[in-house]
Amino acid sequence: MPVRIELLWSDLAVWLLVAGVIGLVLYTRGRPHLGAPWMKVGRSASGMAAATVLAAFVLVGLLDSVHYRSALPPQDGKPAWSTELRSLLDRVLEPLRAKREKTYSAPLATHLFAKETLQLPDGSEGRVYPRLRHGGAHLADPQADRARDIAVKSLRGLSLALLLWFAVAIVVSAMVARRNGTDIEAAWREVWAGHTPLQWRAVLCALGVLCLFAGPVAALAPHYHVLGTDKVGQDVLYQALKSIRTGLVIGTLATLVTLPFALVLGVMAGYFRGWVDDVIQYLYTTLSSIPGVLLIAAAVLMMQVYVENHPELFPSTEIRADVRLLALCVILGITSWTGLCRLLRGEVLKLRELEYIQAAQAFGVSRWRIMMRHLTPNLMHIVMIALVMDFSGLVLAEAVLSYIGVGVDPSMTSFGTMINGARLEMAREPMVWWSLAAAFVFMLTLVLAANLFADAVRDAFDPRLIVAGARA
Amino acid sequence: MTAPLLRVDGLTTVIHGGSSPLRAVDGLSFDIAAGETFALVGESGCGKSMTALSVMRLLPEAGEITGGRVELQGGNLLALPESRMRDVRGHRVAMIFQEPGLSLNPVMTVGDQIVESVRRHTALRGDAVAARVLELLDAVRMPDAKRRAAEYPFQMSGGMKQRVMIAIALACDPALLIADEPTTALDVTVQAQVLDLLRELQQSRGMAMLLITHDLGVVAQVAQRVAVMYAGQIVETAPVDAFFAGPAHPYARKLFASLPERAGRGRALAAIPGTVPRLDRVFAGCRFAERCEVALPQCADTLPQWHEAGRDHAVSCHLYGSDERGAMSDERMTEPPASSSSSLITHRSSLLEVEDLKVWFPVRKGLLQRTVGHVRAVDGVSLAIAPGRTLGLVGESGCGKTTVGKGLLRLVEPTGGRVVIDGDDFLALRRGELRRRRRDVQIIFQDPYASLNPRVRIGDALEEGLLALGVGADAGWRQSHIDGLLAEVGLAPDVKSRYPHEFSGGQRQRIAIARALAVEPKLIVCDEPTSALDVSVQAQILNLLKRLQRERGLSYLFISHNMAVIEYMADEVAVMYLGRIVEQGLVGEVLRAPRHPYTRALLAAVPVADPRQQRAAIRLHGDLPSPQDPPAGCHFHPRCPVALPQCSVEYPGEKSWSATHRVCCHLRD
Repeated sequence: MPVRIELLWSDLAVWLLVAGVIGLVLYTRGRPHLGAPWMKVGRSASGMAAATVLAAFVLVGLLDSVHYRSALPPQDGKPAWSTELRSLLDRVLEPLRAKREKTYSAPLATHLFAKETLQLPDGSEGRVYPRLRHGGAHLADPQADRARDIAVKSLRGLSLALLLWFAVAIVVSAMVARRNGTDIEAAWREVWAGHTPLQWRAVLCALGVLCLFAGPVAALAPHYHVLGTDKVGQDVLYQALKSIRTGLVIGTLATLVTLPFALVLGVMAGYFRGWVDDVIQYLYTTLSSIPGVLLIAAAVLMMQVYVENHPELFPSTEIRADVRLLALCVILGITSWTGLCRLLRGEVLKLRELEYIQAAQAFGVSRWRIMMRHLTPNLMHIVMIALVMDFSGLVLAEAVLSYIGVGVDPSMTSFGTMINGARLEMAREPMVWWSLAAAFVFMLTLVLAANLFADAVRDAFDPRLIVAGARA
Repeated sequence: MTAPLLRVDGLTTVIHGGSSPLRAVDGLSFDIAAGETFALVGESGCGKSMTALSVMRLLPEAGEITGGRVELQGGNLLALPESRMRDVRGHRVAMIFQEPGLSLNPVMTVGDQIVESVRRHTALRGDAVAARVLELLDAVRMPDAKRRAAEYPFQMSGGMKQRVMIAIALACDPALLIADEPTTALDVTVQAQVLDLLRELQQSRGMAMLLITHDLGVVAQVAQRVAVMYAGQIVETAPVDAFFAGPAHPYARKLFASLPERAGRGRALAAIPGTVPRLDRVFAGCRFAERCEVALPQCADTLPQWHEAGRDHAVSCHLYGSDERGAMSDERMTEPPASSSSSLITHRSSLLEVEDLKVWFPVRKGLLQRTVGHVRAVDGVSLAIAPGRTLGLVGESGCGKTTVGKGLLRLVEPTGGRVVIDGDDFLALRRGELRRRRRDVQIIFQDPYASLNPRVRIGDALEEGLLALGVGADAGWRQSHIDGLLAEVGLAPDVKSRYPHEFSGGQRQRIAIARALAVEPKLIVCDEPTSALDVSVQAQILNLLKRLQRERGLSYLFISHNMAVIEYMADEVAVMYLGRIVEQGLVGEVLRAPRHPYTRALLAAVPVADPRQQRAAIRLHGDLPSPQDPPAGCHFHPRCPVALPQCSVEYPGEKSWSATHRVCCHLRD
């Protein structure tokens, strides 16, 4: 089936970012002093485990960042394209996306959550829990077979996942063996003793835990709604997986938006001092005194009005939602650069008195060149640490903003919109807890992994800890 | 003979981390008798401090004592549980550290910090404690002890903080005091005060002292017995007189030879090639063999035994083995070749002329940041340097000598005066013109670790000045120019593609010199270029600077607090005190026949590496006053031992003692 790839603005940003990261990796390869701290991250067990989990999230996010329209039968000889914009993730999760129920159903249920008046087989009418259209539809007698069916299916999924995991472990050992020039058995032992320069043991452990969950879920998902369905009958697992991209995009792009502000203004304030410093300090003191939520709400509403007044620029709902997402990133970025800027200013104030800066001044090297060549590279450890630490904060900020209604477009799935949709049902008896729980667990895992990774990065890049580590 | 107070036997300490453990201390043995001062001397990285920390069992996390015994009055300290060890520390063994500013708690008054120690280790309580604190502060001769006890560390100068540290250490009359570089962070005049104090306390209390230092002068002043440490081992032990009369080990001999005060002015210093080897490898023979000029074939593969070199004088070297005895004659120590420095004093017109240079830093206060006063870091300094000559600028820290150097390069914007270089006033140039003229003057800094950007390769760092000043049109010429410079400072051309962290302090300083030379300046400001280096490396750098001056006709403004280095390097000397020059003249005039009381005191305070030669002590009291609020009249009069009444009224004018020798002092003898 022919498809037409379509690049949303946020997709473009995401793939540019990926290209940038690959470029940085290639640049670092030839420069051991730049690579050394990353090797140190590789030696940290918790850091590598967190990186594995993050990588799984990133994979989902990247799959969700390739959008396309599928072809429709040609009309009047011209090719026609579907109005629906799908992503690769949608394609992988097609069964989840398509199998809609009528309304709420509990995780792994076979019947709806609410009673309905139906015509019973004997012809009379009665209020019963109707069978789900898809969840457990293959079972003849759900009462009797459901538990056994679930157990069998999850065991099958689990064993397949473990097989896959074992294969990955073998591949890793083979790689280690090739690098060390030993046989696979020795490499296997070395990996499990934790003696490899990269902590493969931690990676494999994290991967094992992931498989433990992902295997049964993958086996059950085509037949059941593993995490239940929401008010309009959409699968919660599907929503949670779709939310990952929103969270990642906000976390990374908003942090990147903060960078130029923080770096340029921080370095200028620290290096020039005097009135430049006064102006910049005044700017960020003022900015950080304005309640952030108000500023963001105002900016998002303005953006929304603009989009509504110019429908010709934004032809589809997906594009509109996407532009709003980007706008949110920019606004979050603009309001949260002050902390990093302050840090960088302080560091530059310290660095500018160092002798290599003065030596450059004695050569008459221009001020911009000193800032570019001598100051900025020596600030990168702080930038690196701040970036990974801000990421999780921004993911959480998105959830809060979407919850109060000024975040992403309501048509876009995100952890915030999931929570927002579920909050009213918390009061219901019996409680509809699964939407909220799913959003909570996914977000917790993502943010926890990001924080643990940030810790490892900080340990590796912080020069004070490096000094302590050298003595230790 | 009675049992020694402290006996260290086969002490081995390793530091884990990295690819293989570092054997920082490797089979060390020595004894200290009660009431004796024992000095441990060596270059940095020899394991001196690790020895002290091992004795105190205060090693960092990664350090581990893997063997040996440390016996204090017969009991093995290494076998004690940590709770008992706490009683030993402070009570029987006390320690003072190099950096007094870092050893005191900034949020407690010094009195309280002494009280803490007194309470921990004695039964005194209540008023008796306070009385004891005052007694201790008096013992370390803290002026106005009662008021000082209620002050915080930031209100005190470095010398006073070190006195407080000593008072804390003395709180319970320890039998042994370990002093780890106690005066390295202090100025010479303050160092002299503290050394006097330590010597007196040690004698009056009958306390033993383990003194750790790199400074042979300090050893000669204070110690009774010396051990020379090299690469984690002791290579020579001797009574102090015998040691200074005739050091036996080639390493010790080289250390003496590389002292600038021992060499004649025109001669090259005896530098030890290379650096201390890394301690993470296994040594088969003598550890000094690869840097030793008189090494025998067996030095590389056989461990040297201990040999007698005199009464009580032992050395671990093959040269003293039975069949080699006498081989160690002075002829075998190759004397450095004398360089023909026929310093023709042809007074050409000056290259650099500084007139009345002022660098004032405004002190701002209040809401509107109004200027309420000035720190007069440099307050009317006038100098002149002829082409190819060296002017030494001497003074204690805080006297403004570094600011003079930075001010004349306009790294710090001067407040007033003229800096004439080659006929043009540097201070009157606008930014664009200044950038072009920067070629004429370059600077070499003190800290070799801070003077190279860790993220810039050596080649790029050297090229930077060429690019910025537009020297050399094409890349090919620049690269060959850089190769030539590196060869000139004794480095291989392949260092260009490497990063600064791969180099030792001495190598970095060579790179910094090459960087300054790259743009072919006429004058180089050397701002304490060797004070962060070991003596043997210092000798290499001083030799290099001298050779470059000879070959290229460079002028140096050589800033240092080290009199011996100045004496070796400079043709003329200017002595600075609190932002002004108090005495200047030819090096022979100022250092041999000083006229100003401050110069005299400064010279008297320098510890001489010869125990027989004790200069008449002129001890200055107190510390350098604040340049924000200098004393009225002559700035030096509150500390001056021979002040006249008019000294407190009027700043003395300049008087000439000879055509070249000028002094600012009211005294007329």
